[in-house]
Amino acid sequence: MSGNSTAHSPRSLDEAYEILSHTAAKVIAGGTDLMVLMNARQLDAEEFLDIWRIDELRGIADEGDALRIGALATYTDLIRSPIIQKYAPALVAASRMVGAVQIQNRGTLGGNIVNASPAGDSLPVLAAYDAELEIGSRRGLRRLDFNQFYTGYRRTALEADELVVSVRVPKLKADERDFFCKVGTRRAQAISKTVMAVKAKTENEILEWIRVGVGSVAPTVVRAYKTESLLAGRAITADLVEQARQSISLEVSPITDLRSTEHYRRRVTGNVLARFLREVIDSDGAGI
Amino acid sequence: MAVGQNVLRKEGVEKLTGAARYIDDIALEGMLYGKTIRSPLARGLIKSISFDTDFDWSPITVCDWRDIPGENFVALIENDQPLLVARDVRHAEEPILLIAAESRTLVEEAASRIRIEYEELTPVLSIEESLDCREIIYGDDNVFKRFLIARGEVDEGINQGDLIIEGCYRVPHQEQLYIEPQGMIAIPTDTGMTVLGSMQCPYYVHKALKQLFNLSDEQAVVIQTMTGGGFGGKEEYPSMIACHAALLAHKAQRPVKIIYDRAEDIAATTKRHPGVIRHRTAVTRDGRLTASEIDIVLDGGAYVTLTPVVLSRAAIHALGPYRCENVRITARAVATNTPPNGAFRGFGAPQVAFAYEMQMEKIALRLGIDPLELRRINMLKEGDITATGQQLRWSVGSEDVLNAAVERSHFREKQEAIQIERASGDSRKRRGVGLSFFFHGAGFTGSGEAKMKARAGIEITDQGRARVLSSSTEIGQGTQTIFCQIVADELGIGFDDVEIEETDTSRVPDSGPTVASRTCMVVGRVIQLAAREIKEKIKRFAAELFGAPEIDLMEGRFVEGGKVLASFAEVAREYAAQNGKLKVESQYASPMGVEWDDDSYSGDAYPAFSWGAEVAEVEVDMDTFEVSVLKITTAQDIGRAIHPLLAAGQIEGGTLQAVGYGLTEELVWDQGRIVNRMLTNYIIPTSMDAPDMETVIVEKEYPHGPFGAKGVGELPMDGAAPAIAAAVLNATGAFVSEIPVTPERLMMIHEGTRRESNED
Ligand SMILES: Cc1cc2nc3c(=O)[nH]c(=O)nc-3n(C[C@H](O)[C@H](O)[C@H](O)COP(=O)(O)OP(=O)(O)OC[C@H]3O[C@@H](n4cnc5c(N)ncnc54)[C@H](O)[C@@H]3O)c2cc1C
Repeated sequence: MSGNSTAHSPRSLDEAYEILSHTAAKVIAGGTDLMVLMNARQLDAEEFLDIWRIDELRGIADEGDALRIGALATYTDLIRSPIIQKYAPALVAASRMVGAVQIQNRGTLGGNIVNASPAGDSLPVLAAYDAELEIGSRRGLRRLDFNQFYTGYRRTALEADELVVSVRVPKLKADERDFFCKVGTRRAQAISKTVMAVKAKTENEILEWIRVGVGSVAPTVVRAYKTESLLAGRAITADLVEQARQSISLEVSPITDLRSTEHYRRRVTGNVLARFLREVIDSDGAGI
Repeated sequence: MAVGQNVLRKEGVEKLTGAARYIDDIALEGMLYGKTIRSPLARGLIKSISFDTDFDWSPITVCDWRDIPGENFVALIENDQPLLVARDVRHAEEPILLIAAESRTLVEEAASRIRIEYEELTPVLSIEESLDCREIIYGDDNVFKRFLIARGEVDEGINQGDLIIEGCYRVPHQEQLYIEPQGMIAIPTDTGMTVLGSMQCPYYVHKALKQLFNLSDEQAVVIQTMTGGGFGGKEEYPSMIACHAALLAHKAQRPVKIIYDRAEDIAATTKRHPGVIRHRTAVTRDGRLTASEIDIVLDGGAYVTLTPVVLSRAAIHALGPYRCENVRITARAVATNTPPNGAFRGFGAPQVAFAYEMQMEKIALRLGIDPLELRRINMLKEGDITATGQQLRWSVGSEDVLNAAVERSHFREKQEAIQIERASGDSRKRRGVGLSFFFHGAGFTGSGEAKMKARAGIEITDQGRARVLSSSTEIGQGTQTIFCQIVADELGIGFDDVEIEETDTSRVPDSGPTVASRTCMVVGRVIQLAAREIKEKIKRFAAELFGAPEIDLMEGRFVEGGKVLASFAEVAREYAAQNGKLKVESQYASPMGVEWDDDSYSGDAYPAFSWGAEVAEVEVDMDTFEVSVLKITTAQDIGRAIHPLLAAGQIEGGTLQAVGYGLTEELVWDQGRIVNRMLTNYIIPTSMDAPDMETVIVEKEYPHGPFGAKGVGELPMDGAAPAIAAAVLNATGAFVSEIPVTPERLMMIHEGTRRESNED
């Protein structure tokens, strides 16, 4: 950031929309992604829109079938929220694995979504939950399936004048379960090598349906649709676990980069899904 | 008594309250910010340098190699490393130009307006490429230095053995990763140049500065500012930055500050030497080593710098703390077009320790002997002779540390519990327990201390307090505190009545560098001798003053026959009034009978060794191949812990640094450039990754150290990597011969072993 940058710090959404409608201001929420870029001189923005003081973007509300999470909800907010703990446990699990306490206090769910890193840890959860985004601008509000939000590597369906306002996730029902597993470079302050979230409905050993979101194994967070349909409606057996393991290993398209290898990511993604499936059996008392 | 007590750190309050000023906290009137323009290429020739003519260069100071008044090198062992490249680029990030301006923004802007064109040459980027000599980049054969250590008859020893076991081990680069990045400020003075900064060795910087501008001892002044960690990384490299800042300051005639950011610091400064170490060991069926052939190749990087000394320590420690009559150790360091590798806590020993301990694991596995038993059969004990022919005469805590580590960790019980658990079925999380046994020579190798003749002193201040004069630096390890403890007890005054002179070459003598686990043992000893002399002098004076021949100095008071006659401060003031300032400087002399022969590379390699044993307990996740270190129990014989809490801190910190070395720390290279130059992607352990640690300090007093102390700084770096690898072997059956044991690497080994056993 050079000396002559400006920052707007509105108190309401309307003011924020107004600023976005006629400037190229860069939105800054917790700043935990942006500040890293600034420090590395990789951000050439001169004008900023600080949304931190817009209370309309905060809050976690129970809306009956779903939870509405304001874009400014921090990981700490999510971890501490009784309704998130009860109805979206995988989101708590993911939040606990983000950075460390300082980042959890400052980083926001909205920032994680719009930053659009394939390694964003909350994203597989939102993918598996079939979350919905509420997006706003001076032109009004619109809703978009989270699973349609990413259009390519670090590209989103967000227009330049829009903000992500909130995220809506369906509440976990009594006969549903979820799962989260991050495989990072270490226990904290780690970027994922592969990160998976699952939501499924099981009855005895039958998987009625399953939704699997995976991060760090493709240009964007992805759903493993093929593997999901392989598993849907089937009884979990050792053989099926093995099939699913192989299926998802082939379905993802990871690369070798600084953090890990393609081979490791494929294999471990498979192993993590297998772990979830074994847990289902174990908790249903069958054992495999 | 202060020695053996956990007194408060001398500089603790300052650090805790944020009052401590590190180099980047200091801003001077008229100061410029300097920046180094570096080569992106690993090897090449500079064809042209151009400066954007649309840019206003008038406020920018620019230096290239032609601005160097004398010869273009950093004064060290071989003087082969230029301060600024004239034409030949020998490694990526090599400095070419220096620029300075009034603000950081302006200096960055100027940097982006410089274009350098190169003619590319084929770089040598690995040990293998260097050894195959297709490209010659140093001498006739790319070899910087060779050592040979030979003892007994290897052929005969091989005949005496029942089995020959071979192993090849690979160890990686490692970054020191002090929290405070490197930084210096140079200030031109009427008579010469003053440099302040973060450093371990003020007199190295002093020497480099003197040589750069042809200054006298007094004209060059070097002052160490509060330093946020060094780990060897601030041993030799600060001379480079100091000279760079001084060149700019000299040209601009203004103070110049150069501070590296994390990325520049990781990319450009020294690393631990990577290496390939081969073992060929002959053993009897009952587990005795009869012959050992070891070949070491270290990657020195592009310039000699400290590599010969690192290689020497590696060679001397290569056999490990084991008895073997017939030994042949060959060691080479080769040149590559990578940034020079340099000093890092352990200095060659952690590399060979991983190799010798994994070789012991391999031998145990082959012979079907318990790994602990194998260590017991072969361990060095008092009276035994090392690979260089050194007889261990004193302070040998080998058995004590091994017993302590085994007992405290319940190693045997853990081994059994794991066996039982294993028998009860396959689990996705497997536990394992592993052991390592190691030693570390304290002080400089061979005749180093005899040649260095470390100096340090004590003066009595006008207030009647004792002030320590030494250039040994406080880099977080507690130098200032332990020196004051030693003086307090030797002199007979209170810890609070001892203070430390600023580490400024115009005020303190050359105590040698703060490296090689030598500060407490060697410089601490010199300070103890100085204190002894002060005490003699002032006692004699007091005896006359009070007509009390039996007078003694205890806890700051002169007493005779149970009667207090005066305080130390009173007598000290009287002494000064009559005789002038009381000041004593002492010098190190090797203990009697400690001898080393540089030609045959044999004799007493170190006046004393410190000894360590370590037990690691791990859990391996068989789905992700992640290794969690649950607990490390370590026992270390350091002679005497002057400050037990600080000593335990050294042991825990060094152990954690070694956990990183063993498990996660790995550089990613692209064409000779380091790609992972941030804390995000160069993976050191966080507190969440730190295992539980139990530390046992064993005190086998060294008769020639202060109060029995020997070295503790580096020993803790040697043991964790092999102990963890042994525990991983125990947990998974995967034999790891290369660190770090990343999940990716462990998965490959596991797949390989599975395939092998399927083929059987
Ligand atoms: C040390 C460290 C550790 C980290 N560890 C992790 C980790 O373990 N896992 C992980 O997933 N991430 C991690 N991160 C990344 C980061 O913390 C998260 O992505 C965080 O959620 C970003 O939120 P923020 O509010 O700080 O975003 P900001 O930096 O403020 O913004 C990020 C991007 O989103 C845009 N934006 C933010 N909010 C909105 C909105 N409401 N509408 C429109 N655009 C918006 C901004 O313009 C910007 O492009 C880490 C970062 C650091 C520095």
